[in-house]
Amino acid sequence: MNSQQLAWKIRRHGIEMTHLSGGSHIGAILSVADIMAVLYADVLKIDPKNPKSPDRDRFILSKGHAGASVYAALAESGFFPVEELKTHYQNGSRLSGHVSHHLPGVDLSTGSLGHGLSVGTGMAYALKKDGKENRVFVVLGDGECNEGSVWEAALFANHFRLNNLIAVVDHNRMQSLDYNENTLEIENFASKWKAFGWNAIEIDGNNHEELKKAFESAKTEKDKPTVIIANTTKGKGISFMESDILWHYRFPHEGWEYDTAVTELHKIKPEGVEDIYTPNGIENPNLNTELDGSDHTMTETWKPDFLQTPRRVNTLSDVEKVKEGK
Amino acid sequence: MRDTFVKTLVELAKENKNIELVTGDLGFGVLKPYWEAVPNQFTNAGIAEQNMTALAAGMALEGKNVFTYSIGNFPTLRCVEQIRNDCCYHNANVKIVCVGGGFVYGSLGMSHHATEDIAIMRALPNMVVLAPGDLTEAEAATKAIAEYNGTCYLRLGRGGEKRIHEKIDNFQIGKAIKVKDGAKVAIFSTGAIFEEVDEAVELLKEKGIDPEVYTFPTVKPIDRKVILDSAEKFDLITTVEEHNVVGGFGSAVAEVMAENPQNAKLLKIGLEDTYSSKVGSQKYLRSQFGIDAKGIANKILEKI
Repeated sequence: MNSQQLAWKIRRHGIEMTHLSGGSHIGAILSVADIMAVLYADVLKIDPKNPKSPDRDRFILSKGHAGASVYAALAESGFFPVEELKTHYQNGSRLSGHVSHHLPGVDLSTGSLGHGLSVGTGMAYALKKDGKENRVFVVLGDGECNEGSVWEAALFANHFRLNNLIAVVDHNRMQSLDYNENTLEIENFASKWKAFGWNAIEIDGNNHEELKKAFESAKTEKDKPTVIIANTTKGKGISFMESDILWHYRFPHEGWEYDTAVTELHKIKPEGVEDIYTPNGIENPNLNTELDGSDHTMTETWKPDFLQTPRRVNTLSDVEKVKEGK
Repeated sequence: MRDTFVKTLVELAKENKNIELVTGDLGFGVLKPYWEAVPNQFTNAGIAEQNMTALAAGMALEGKNVFTYSIGNFPTLRCVEQIRNDCCYHNANVKIVCVGGGFVYGSLGMSHHATEDIAIMRALPNMVVLAPGDLTEAEAATKAIAEYNGTCYLRLGRGGEKRIHEKIDNFQIGKAIKVKDGAKVAIFSTGAIFEEVDEAVELLKEKGIDPEVYTFPTVKPIDRKVILDSAEKFDLITTVEEHNVVGGFGSAVAEVMAENPQNAKLLKIGLEDTYSSKVGSQKYLRSQFGIDAKGIANKILEKI
């Protein structure tokens, strides 16, 4: 399976899994889907028949809330049956909402942000100490980079010259409640990593060729750990979910949300991919997008006064306003 | 106790190349013998305990036997979620070492008093909690956790503690150690406050009380057998710890006794759910909070 096919599958599974379970984070699953697909189709040295092989590359999805994406990638790579994906969130399932290591192919359980880069750094450090050449890949969220521990790890990885560590930040510019920019500014993001001594590569993170090139170039880094700032779109691939914060938590409900999502995915389905849930798409889909204001599927209807664009806090003028009694 | 730990770890690390010591930028002078002896098994992770602890988990998942080292609350409370999620949940072979359990750093102020650490570490599944009572126990405990494959917490005093046990035969994680026989009263002690208990016993003897004494170098898993046997045999069990009475060693003993009610009553001696804003040495603070030898003896006399 090539990366385009896998990315499509991750998106399709993500829609189905969150739809069935009422699970959150479809926006993050869709934004990270291309990164995951390129990693699992082209980059990671892993063997589904021997998931604990010492020779494997290590992988940590530090933004554990996008768990469905790694579950889908692992299932499609043969680590466990694809059928099991449907148990996501269910009683007795192995597939918790956030990533669990009680599943073949998962090196670390995550879900609390700011842990993965540190653990990955420890793995990379130990591998180096033992003279091994395996690499460690950690995928983080941009909101996750609010966590101070990320920067503790960044200091350590540079200090110990862990060029076998590759971090990818899924930079979709949104976090739980709002844009990064409206929460805690992280720009200029790549400069921050560079200032910490990292080899920082900025790319379009939904573009597979750019992703492949970035991973390839990380291999040639002799000294520094590499961070790939993957500029992505939250909710990528489903028009009404794209860059809408509501879809950080909302799941595609029965009716036009699910029907539209699946129908849109079918329009971009790569050659040679089968959809196990709706093989021929949805017949007579409900594509009703006439929103009457009571609809909760877009931020603008759910909370009309919600700021739809990033903005910068202007301390000076705020202080002036307070002084002026406004 | 601190130096005993380092000396023991140096010996172990020379034999076992898998042992790694990671410090959070502490141990000036103290860790020197270690990094000189086994420089390739030493890392200073800087003043960054969250990263230190998760890093240790990552190293352990690659097969290393990792000791993290810091003082007071820094290796535990500062990074408790990294301990929980990354170490304990993954059964990572990480040994968390705290120098300065209780009031060791008395004069340094409240930030440096480790007085809730046992309770918090004990609440974590997959965690073993040890608080050796003297130099002999510290050496044995260090060897035992180096052998053990999983996450442990080792709570140490700093220095100067007496060697109360001449030697310990067959030290085992989870086993209490009988120090002396006695009647009517049993005293259970964990950690470096054992030296106060030792003196308290002499004061009690002057008053005609001859308690049986056990040290509990392991708080978790707790030695249920010693507790239950003692609860049957004695009128009063007294627990002594340099720690809050909420959730700590005394609570661990209380849990066992409450579920199996027998003869003995329980007296928990420790800090009465308070922080110390007083300034002074470990000895001074113990006396201020009634957990010095005299305070311990008086509380027992009041209770019987």
